[in-house]
Amino acid sequence: MMSWKRASGAAMALAMLAFSGTAMAQSDPGTAPYNAAVQGKRVIMVPMAMGFDLAQGWAYYIGKEVKGFGGTFETRDPNWSVEAGAQAITEAISSDPKPAVIVVHSPDLNSYTKLFKKAQAAGIYVVLVDNPANFPADAFVGSDWDRLGQLEAEAVVKGCGENSSKQIGLVQGDQVNSSSLYQYAGIMRVLEKHPDFKVVAKPDSNWDATTSRNVTATMLQQHPDLCGIIDFWDGDATGSSAAIRDAGKQGKIFLVTTGGGEKVDCDALESGTFGAVVMTELQNQSRDINAIIKFLLQSGQPPGTSKTYIYTLEKATTKADIKPDTCWDLKSLQAAAK
Amino acid sequence: MRSLFSIRNMSQERIVFALAVALFIAAALSLHGFLAVDNLVAIVRSVSVLGILAVGMAVVIIGRGIDLSAVAIMAMSVAWYLQMLNDGSSSSWALFLALGGVVLIGLVNGFFIAYADVPAIFATLASGAFVFGFVRSQLIGQDAIPVPPQNWVETLGRLRFLSVPVEVFLFAAIAFLAFLFLRFAKWGRYVYLMGDNPMAARNMGIPVRPMIVLRYVLSAVIAFAAGILTAAGLLSINTRVVNSTLLYDIILVVVIGGIGLSGGRGGVRNVIVGALLIGIMLNAMTILDIPNIYQNLIKSTILLIAIIIDSVLNPRDEQTAQQGDI
Repeated sequence: MMSWKRASGAAMALAMLAFSGTAMAQSDPGTAPYNAAVQGKRVIMVPMAMGFDLAQGWAYYIGKEVKGFGGTFETRDPNWSVEAGAQAITEAISSDPKPAVIVVHSPDLNSYTKLFKKAQAAGIYVVLVDNPANFPADAFVGSDWDRLGQLEAEAVVKGCGENSSKQIGLVQGDQVNSSSLYQYAGIMRVLEKHPDFKVVAKPDSNWDATTSRNVTATMLQQHPDLCGIIDFWDGDATGSSAAIRDAGKQGKIFLVTTGGGEKVDCDALESGTFGAVVMTELQNQSRDINAIIKFLLQSGQPPGTSKTYIYTLEKATTKADIKPDTCWDLKSLQAAAK
Repeated sequence: MRSLFSIRNMSQERIVFALAVALFIAAALSLHGFLAVDNLVAIVRSVSVLGILAVGMAVVIIGRGIDLSAVAIMAMSVAWYLQMLNDGSSSSWALFLALGGVVLIGLVNGFFIAYADVPAIFATLASGAFVFGFVRSQLIGQDAIPVPPQNWVETLGRLRFLSVPVEVFLFAAIAFLAFLFLRFAKWGRYVYLMGDNPMAARNMGIPVRPMIVLRYVLSAVIAFAAGILTAAGLLSINTRVVNSTLLYDIILVVVIGGIGLSGGRGGVRNVIVGALLIGIMLNAMTILDIPNIYQNLIKSTILLIAIIIDSVLNPRDEQTAQQGDI
């Protein structure tokens, strides 16, 4: 039988153990391995160019997050040149210290596939954003362009209305970029369900505003009854909207486009220049990119093991849907980044 | 006796003009809506910026040079100008700075070509890349710069006379001024003499070097005007145009109109004929819904044919040709 003294001593030891036990429970067992996995990791982003709203938005949000967890974040600016982009990726693969992740905005389906393979072989995770490629990357984060096209077509069908001419014009981007090809497929899918709506012309803008303006002017000339136009990018929709303005048809033609959801999109909706914009929710998309980067860094799996597709939720926004936080403002992001 | 249509009389300009007329008639007969007044106005409007740039290029090419920096100057000077306006600079100060920059680039181009004897094709290629890189990285924040609201550029874009857009009149005005300069001004005549035979022009006492500088400054200022018009139409300027085929389209218009790349020949009329042919062709191809890649193929085939015809009709002058000439 224990003496009272020993018993109280044991009780005290037990209490102390219990106390120190609660102190142990307060330290999160997740943080140490997390920090070990992510700290000091180098992330390089290679967009098609740094000079447009989405790229600057991604760079801001990803950069903030990566720096926040103690990594380093860099961007490369190929300035719309496929070769310069290939060079940037090649340089990233052979650089020292080797990046842990490259985030690539691919200009088309095939150009970089060999480089992606090389990057994965070198132990670098490949995350594709916005434009899909014919390559099973570790992750793709971006729009489902087919679905996006469907949303545009639904918006233009609604915008034209039942009593309109039901004639629609498309200003496509080009015939190589997946965003353009899939967008077209999605639009056609919806229009099959509305057989009375007809696509009367579908020129390419080659993503250039002046070309978009010229082809839209011709389209309006040839089809004066047009009730709606889908321009495949807000970057060149300034051209199609200029042609509509030139023809004095503002308010009569429902212009639908897609873009990064920067303030210019909301301004154009407010002024009636755009009828509807299918916007990329930049902040959510960037958060998805960040989450998959953190996941990959901790996964311990070699690059090329898993293939994850994270499609961003998209929605066609019209003037009626605009709220103060619908669009983001590049200027304030740039100011915050300084 | 030589008939009007003998092969010797078929200068390239006439061939192209005949081709343009034939294309016009074919389009008018087969394409519904082609002949509508609005469509014809739209054709001329769609090539006016291209035409203005081609007038500038023509002045340089006639003097046996080439300006590959024209598109970079056009886009970047106006982008910088609009950026200054957006940042709150006063309109006149910003315009003064932008124009000053444009003239400076023209002077630098001219200096390298006239005094440092750098071939024009390399000097302007390099200066164009420099202008793009410097302005894009140091002076502006992103690719596309919008025209600020309530600005004279916006008003310019909305101007119409007899419901014809102002671009058409400005193209006409700049073409007419260039015509007067080349035809009647003493310095304009020098351009031909220098293009035909630079050494002879020099021996004759023409101030060859300052004249070269003048041409590149002219070309730069004309490019700036074309940029302002582009911004006025689109309410923004996108510097991506520097990477587009616009530069080649300008050379296409000049060469197709019959201005020989070896210099000394042609005039503003050639530019107008060339621009109209391109305008009619692009318009007809768009009405026919021909995809962009085929349009480029057709355009480049025509450029190739024009260059071949050019080299047959205007062979290089072995006596005056120099290394570095194009």
